[in-house]
Amino acid sequence: MSSFGIKNEKLAGWNRPPVFESDGEGELLEVAMGPHHPSTHGVFRMDVVLDGERVIKLKPVFGYLHRNHEQLGQTQSYLANMPYTDRLDYFCSLTNNWAYALAVEKLVGQEVPERAEYLRVILAELTRVQNHASTIGFLLQEMGASGTPLMYAFREREKILDLFESLTGSRMMCNYMRFGGCRVDASPAWIEATRKVVAGLPAFVDEFERFLMTNEILMARCQGIGVLRPDLAVNSGISGPMLRASGVNYDIRKVDHYGIYDRFKFRVPLGDHGDIYDRYMVRMLEMRESISILNQALKDLPAGPVMDPKAKIRNFRPKAGESYGRIEAPKGELGFYLISDGSPNPYRYRVRPPSFINLTVLEDMCLGSNVADVVLIFGSVDIVLGEVDR
Amino acid sequence: MLGDGILKGLAETAKNFAGSFVSKERMTTVEYPEERLPLPEAARNFPFLVYDGDDWEKGLRCVACQICEKECPPKCIYIEKSKDKKPDYVGKPQIYPAKFDIDISVCMSCQICVEVCPFEAIKMNTEFELATDDRFGGLLLDRKQLARSNEYYHEIHPTEASEVDARLAEEKAKVEAKAKAAAEAAAAKAAAAPSANTPASAAVAKPQAPVEAKPATAGKAAEIAKAPAMATAASEPKPVPGTGTDGPAPLTAEDQKNAETPAKANAREPKAQGEPKE
Amino acid sequence: MKSVEEIKAAIETAVPGAAVTVIPNPAPNAQHSLLIGAQHGVAVAEFLRDNEELALDYLSNVTGVDYLDKEIPEKVKVTRQVSKTVDGVEQTVDEMVEETRKRVEPGYLEAVYHLFSVAKKHGPVIIRMRTANRTDQVELPSLTPVWRGAEFQEREIFDLFGIVFTGHPDLRRILMWDEFKDHPMRRDYVEPDDFEYEPTAHDEVLKRAQEHKAKVAAGEAVQ
Repeated sequence: MSSFGIKNEKLAGWNRPPVFESDGEGELLEVAMGPHHPSTHGVFRMDVVLDGERVIKLKPVFGYLHRNHEQLGQTQSYLANMPYTDRLDYFCSLTNNWAYALAVEKLVGQEVPERAEYLRVILAELTRVQNHASTIGFLLQEMGASGTPLMYAFREREKILDLFESLTGSRMMCNYMRFGGCRVDASPAWIEATRKVVAGLPAFVDEFERFLMTNEILMARCQGIGVLRPDLAVNSGISGPMLRASGVNYDIRKVDHYGIYDRFKFRVPLGDHGDIYDRYMVRMLEMRESISILNQALKDLPAGPVMDPKAKIRNFRPKAGESYGRIEAPKGELGFYLISDGSPNPYRYRVRPPSFINLTVLEDMCLGSNVADVVLIFGSVDIVLGEVDR
Repeated sequence: MLGDGILKGLAETAKNFAGSFVSKERMTTVEYPEERLPLPEAARNFPFLVYDGDDWEKGLRCVACQICEKECPPKCIYIEKSKDKKPDYVGKPQIYPAKFDIDISVCMSCQICVEVCPFEAIKMNTEFELATDDRFGGLLLDRKQLARSNEYYHEIHPTEASEVDARLAEEKAKVEAKAKAAAEAAAAKAAAAPSANTPASAAVAKPQAPVEAKPATAGKAAEIAKAPAMATAASEPKPVPGTGTDGPAPLTAEDQKNAETPAKANAREPKAQGEPKE
Repeated sequence: MKSVEEIKAAIETAVPGAAVTVIPNPAPNAQHSLLIGAQHGVAVAEFLRDNEELALDYLSNVTGVDYLDKEIPEKVKVTRQVSKTVDGVEQTVDEMVEETRKRVEPGYLEAVYHLFSVAKKHGPVIIRMRTANRTDQVELPSLTPVWRGAEFQEREIFDLFGIVFTGHPDLRRILMWDEFKDHPMRRDYVEPDDFEYEPTAHDEVLKRAQEHKAKVAAGEAVQ
């Protein structure tokens, strides 16, 4: 079924995608890319109208993985929601945990012990490294570099997942953070193992850069493709590496100073063309900055408890109120909006999914480019369908 | 030069390929069923029930308080309380689960049940080869299949298990001390009672009661403390009841609360339709 | 950044006639919000975006909230004629009687917008708009022309809550399929009895499976 039932197309004054017209030669072809296309990172469909090889219309279609996550969250307690947040963006379960814990902590005014804050930073940055590494791996896979770069990225990711497993008990569904701290403490052996892995990361990033940064194919396929203007990016609520690749200096770690990010020295990489290559480079440089944060955090990691003794596990009932907590997740701004009415379950539980909102401009970026580039542009957005469809 | 990227890439691939034969770092895969990676201590898969001693049925620590059933996010635990009671690890008669099923086709290994269990009765297993050809029954584990000895727990999570054991031993010691104190108090009372069957006996008994009651952890202990006291005092004139700060009463109430509130808290009834603000 | 009261004053001077109410948030984070009258929604949004001091150019989060109809019990005193025996004679006397009545406060749907400023790096400013009720007057002005970031999120609210955003360029269902009837995020949403239950060994799922089978047998539900 076609999904081009667009109403009100002649609406003036908003940042809508430009209208592309057929050049009048030959027929238009309507293609459904997905939901089972290997490059769509899951079940996602793009209804594309092609004039020859040129894309003149593209509408994303969502919902194949919709499970009404938010309604589910409203039928159970605050604590029971925590494992479900793992399953939003299953690549970055720890940052999801953190964002949710942050929102609840803001709701009840809960303090977090020092050591727990450090552990959260360490885990979030490890998550960022493994997410960016595998995103770049997938991007190259979609470019035709079949297998090898992705496997190199996954080899590195594996080391980080092993760390997650030995700390939290699970590789991907970590369910580690709690309101007022973290579930278990990290042993000295774990810290040592983390140091070792972090020490090995720069070599991996160097290797990636050495081969890819000046690769002819990569440059030819990425530079100048899928350009996103900064004003459109801001107006469309784009966040994360995609926003910064367009040259907008907006990193929530720097803006909100949530957790203890004001203690670390790091730079925010910015692109200036807003094309696929910039998005790729921003991720590359962010990995380096994450490694630098990791080194600082591992150096300063204090001793102490990881859980606020006043924090409650059972019978957690926040007072009435609402809160919006957001963090800089690897994919962008991940926010949780909670309304409490004093009962053990949230009255309203809302996830602000970065992957979903970053797709707003997918059509703008793809219009006028070749259909083969759509796959790349889509890959450079970096989405996970578990989060898009919720 | 055109093509030097390819040469560089091929050289790297060749290096890794050759390296995988000599360096453990480069050889990252193992040939699974023959070769296995050691599981980290914190690894978790599905829950199991811990029992002490040799008899799984007698030794189960679970008291069927149903907290885990209520807190379980995907609702995969099913518990039926027993009608009778059996003694738990400190000797206090407790309800036990007549039925304790976990549907591991539903379970999502989140460990919430372990965290909320006040009795250290449910822990996470590391077994992962659980495939079965029976779609429904085979993945529904009953309490016999779930029961694992404390030794097994020590085997898979040594650090955690020792901590738990230390905690339980401490609690048990406290309970025993309390029972002893209670028995002594009762004996003293019994000795005092016939000689002076006057209000004075109340005065003797009174100061001991609050001492018994103090530590909140003795929730489970309080009742046993009461039981021997009653038994020894049975032949004697009734010991002074309820002096206000009397031990057992407030503590059992708390026990009750522990077990009951989450039940209420998580009930899936239509929520208050009120506005949260204002 | 300005406080909510200052923003409210600024909006009221810039957009004459705009009804703005501060909704306090009792939680410790003190993220108070502004309730905006729906008819001035777009004008207020444009002011917030274009005002140089506020410069709220970044719409982060848009969400819907559903408030059900509320029954408020009230005690009312009414005079009523009561037959009574006074001095041996039966008479009709007026008497004050206290009665409990139920007043129904209509529910409403609410759209909540979290605004930030990329230029000034401040926020959040939270604005809300409410519909008149939950059934037939569920229209709100769309803010997508002001912030494109609302495009998918307003579609999602339309899909899951049933708020109709007038002026939205492409208002279609986004997560549910087009033929779907209900709005699954509403608080009184009941799951349709049309899917195949996978019976587990016990619990409510099994009960529902049996009920469903009985209904299918009676021809009331679809397999």
